[in-house]
Amino acid sequence: MFSYLIRRILYAVPILLGVMVLTFFLFFVVQKPETMARNVLGKRATPQTIAEYLHKRGYDKPRFINREPGQPFYDSIFFTQLQKLATFDLGVSDVTGRDLKTVFKEGAIPSLLLTLPAFFVGFIMAVGLALYLVFVRETRLDAAGALVSIALMSVPPMIYIIFGQAVIALTFNYFPAFGFELSGLTTLKFLLLPVSLIVVMGLGSDVRLYRAIFLEEIGQDYVRTAQAKGVSSTRLLLVHVLKNGMIALITLVVAHLPLLVMGSLLIENFFGIPGLGNLLVSAIQTSDFATVRASVYLGSILYLIGLAATDVCYALVDPRIRLS
Amino acid sequence: MTAPLLDIRNLCIQFTTENGVVNAVKGISFSMEAGETLAIVGESGSGKSVTGLALTRLLPEPPVIYSSGEIIFGGRDVLKMSPGELRAIRGNKIAYIFQEPSTSLNPVFTIRNQIAEAIRLHRPEVKDIDREVVKYLDLVGIVDAAKRMHDYPHQLSGGMQQRVMIAMALSCEPDLLVADEPTTALDVTIQAQIIDQLKELKARTKMSIILITHNFGIISGIADKVAVMFRGKIVEYGETATVLKNPQHAYTKALIECIPQLGVRRKRLATIDHAALELLDR
Ligand SMILES: Nc1ncnc2c1ncn2[C@@H]1O[C@H](COP(=O)(O)OP(=O)(O)O)[C@@H](O)[C@H]1O
Ligand SMILES: [Mg+2]
Repeated sequence: MFSYLIRRILYAVPILLGVMVLTFFLFFVVQKPETMARNVLGKRATPQTIAEYLHKRGYDKPRFINREPGQPFYDSIFFTQLQKLATFDLGVSDVTGRDLKTVFKEGAIPSLLLTLPAFFVGFIMAVGLALYLVFVRETRLDAAGALVSIALMSVPPMIYIIFGQAVIALTFNYFPAFGFELSGLTTLKFLLLPVSLIVVMGLGSDVRLYRAIFLEEIGQDYVRTAQAKGVSSTRLLLVHVLKNGMIALITLVVAHLPLLVMGSLLIENFFGIPGLGNLLVSAIQTSDFATVRASVYLGSILYLIGLAATDVCYALVDPRIRLS
Repeated sequence: MTAPLLDIRNLCIQFTTENGVVNAVKGISFSMEAGETLAIVGESGSGKSVTGLALTRLLPEPPVIYSSGEIIFGGRDVLKMSPGELRAIRGNKIAYIFQEPSTSLNPVFTIRNQIAEAIRLHRPEVKDIDREVVKYLDLVGIVDAAKRMHDYPHQLSGGMQQRVMIAMALSCEPDLLVADEPTTALDVTIQAQIIDQLKELKARTKMSIILITHNFGIISGIADKVAVMFRGKIVEYGETATVLKNPQHAYTKALIECIPQLGVRRKRLATIDHAALELLDR
């Protein structure tokens, strides 16, 4: 297990390197730093203020290799970026100048408060509903379940948000339609509606997918053996089928778990929740590329952690799999 | 004379499919005394498994319809039982072993837990479940059972897995064991071991056995009676020795021809002319 994790970390290095190179190309080659500076400083910026802006952030260095005599070759944008990311030095925002580590730490809390409950409630509901549909498989109830799931999937996310804000929040005045506060029960009030919306948005497709996974298990030989022993349908589903189905489910779910930190772009933005999703959207809008780059980099690290965690979970639930 | 253990009368089983109704079992009748061993022999698709699974209604309904007939087991018609009554029979009175031991055991539970599940379900009076599990694993010849019972199915060989299936079937002391092609998925040497195991159990317990197979070669010495199935019907029924020595139906003759014999040189195996047999059946 330990050696497996070590190997996994070593594998992650070239992947992260690839991510760094790719983001470098996007943010320093495709999109020139000068363009960015002009975006941030506005139309009335003089060449002088632009040069100052670039110099302050080190964006006026040579792009790849420093060929200036008397200067080390690695004194370039590329190598500085590489070195910063490798040492987890996220730097400061291109727009506000705030320390990005602090910014990310602050944003992670509202994001997790939003996505973690949504994830767990959604997962448990989807698994429960899927198992129930498998229990009543090939009946009218199952067909009705399929219909509702597909309907839920077919409605665009925006409709849910508009419905949630306009009808539930504004018309009935049950929940605040916008905003966030980090203080006990008030937080709950702000989160209830967006969390429910995330759950409902994902429910249809999750139920369909999980139902298919459990149906696949129902057809297996071991299910017939359990039935031949006299096991009840409830126990068959909740013990035999669920545990086997979980193996397939875990691969789908665990990889995305760490990414929950990154929040939800859409919901955070519409409900004004100051999480990392919102941070990324406003960073893109304000051409704050230092923040965008850091987001991308953190996202890839989290995804790699998710993949490793998937393998570990796999080995934990499936006795046939050993990590070595 | 006492009532038979199992009495099947004019049983018809249909599958409703997208392409219409498939008659899988077309009016079969036979009965078994307690302690008797019956072999059901026939080529694949002849309705043997469907018959075996029907005994405790293990076929999914729908698509399966029991369109007519009775399955009288222990004096009661299985086809008229409630789901609860069926569960009380399954594993407890009629137990099964299947063709593929590797997929028939649940991969994520230890064999101890799988056998314990059957014991807990039907024998709530048993206090020391581990001891009981070990007892049955011992009985089917698993060495070092107390340790091996904590293995997962994938840690055992195919032959061992099938022995575990047998132990699990025996653990509730059923009146009838249905062995559906129990050796088909195994190596030849293991096949012989499993058949010997069944023979030994038959001698030791009063249990009845239905041995389902496509291979006439394995039934002599274990089956008292044999029923030959062809396309959903029983075309021949009788004492095993009699049928083997003097088969009446052309299909039975053809199946017996197919038994490979040591030292007998044959150019090719006999092929079965189904069209001719169909005509014969009319
Ligand atoms: N799931 C099914 N759907 C439709 N027909 C089936 C199904 N299972 C079995 N049958 C029909 O029942 C017949 C007997 O099958 P089976 O009892 O499994 O044969 P075998 O003698 O090889 O065990 C098959 O020929 C097929 O026509
Ligand atoms: Mg079969």
